[in-house]
Amino acid sequence: MRWGVLQFPGSCDERDALHACERTGAEARLVWHEERDLEGVDAVVIPGGFSYGDYLRAGAIARFSPAMEAVAEFATAGGPVLGICNGFQVLCEAGLLPGALLLNESLRFVCRQLDLIAVDGPETGHIDTFEARRPTLSIPAKHGEGRYFAAEEVLDALEAKGQIAYCYAPGQNPNGSARDIAGIRNEAGNVVGLMPHPEHAVDPLTGSTDGLRVFEAVAAAGVPA
Amino acid sequence: MLIRPKEGILDPQGKAVERALPALGFEGIEQVRVGRMVELEADDPERLGELCEKLLANPLIEDYEIERLDGAA
Repeated sequence: MRWGVLQFPGSCDERDALHACERTGAEARLVWHEERDLEGVDAVVIPGGFSYGDYLRAGAIARFSPAMEAVAEFATAGGPVLGICNGFQVLCEAGLLPGALLLNESLRFVCRQLDLIAVDGPETGHIDTFEARRPTLSIPAKHGEGRYFAAEEVLDALEAKGQIAYCYAPGQNPNGSARDIAGIRNEAGNVVGLMPHPEHAVDPLTGSTDGLRVFEAVAAAGVPA
Repeated sequence: MLIRPKEGILDPQGKAVERALPALGFEGIEQVRVGRMVELEADDPERLGELCEKLLANPLIEDYEIERLDGAA
């Protein structure tokens, strides 16, 4: 198992993402934004940061990079893709995930440890509506533009199809996201984006290793190429 | 191009500006919305709509208007 971690000018979490991938027992390498070749890569991380300075809108320019064109093909073929924070914004801008991420309702940059509820994907055939049975992950969030937005009918469809991957625990929505959504997956389940940072929660030294479960879940969700 | 948040979408920047106005003595101002303006020169203005759709605006969350100033320097 080998992860490729994209690196744009302005990315800042790619090293932590590499480390996180390696902590799951996999190999990992950086993929420079001008690279078009994902040869030998079994899964992709689009890391957090401020790709291309976040100019225009967060993620708007990164999606035109050669590496993202390759990732779009990879994702369409069923390859597992995990977008974290800015990576989630890139996936939405690229149309690989529905919706958009807007300025936090509070207008404040949020930086804190949060509880996330992981929600089953379509592969299990149902969403467990009994919250106590869902796993809770302790993972930090740090972002200024993380308010998930989509039209009501899109949100209904996401719920109905099991595409909501992570919710903020009750009372912990840090940014005003619709329906407490912290992360979503595409219909096939192989493309996942979330605002909080699982790559910063992989070592007992920093309080939580729950982030590893996000990497493992995404690696398992892809269709082997 | 004038790009602004779609109607019905919460615009916290607009809200923050609106809340600051009474302190400066500006009363009776409501519905403040903050967008952005992009100026450019184009050889083929017919394609500007496509340019807005694909890059300058995100049609999910923003509306845009194109104003043409023909022959502008």
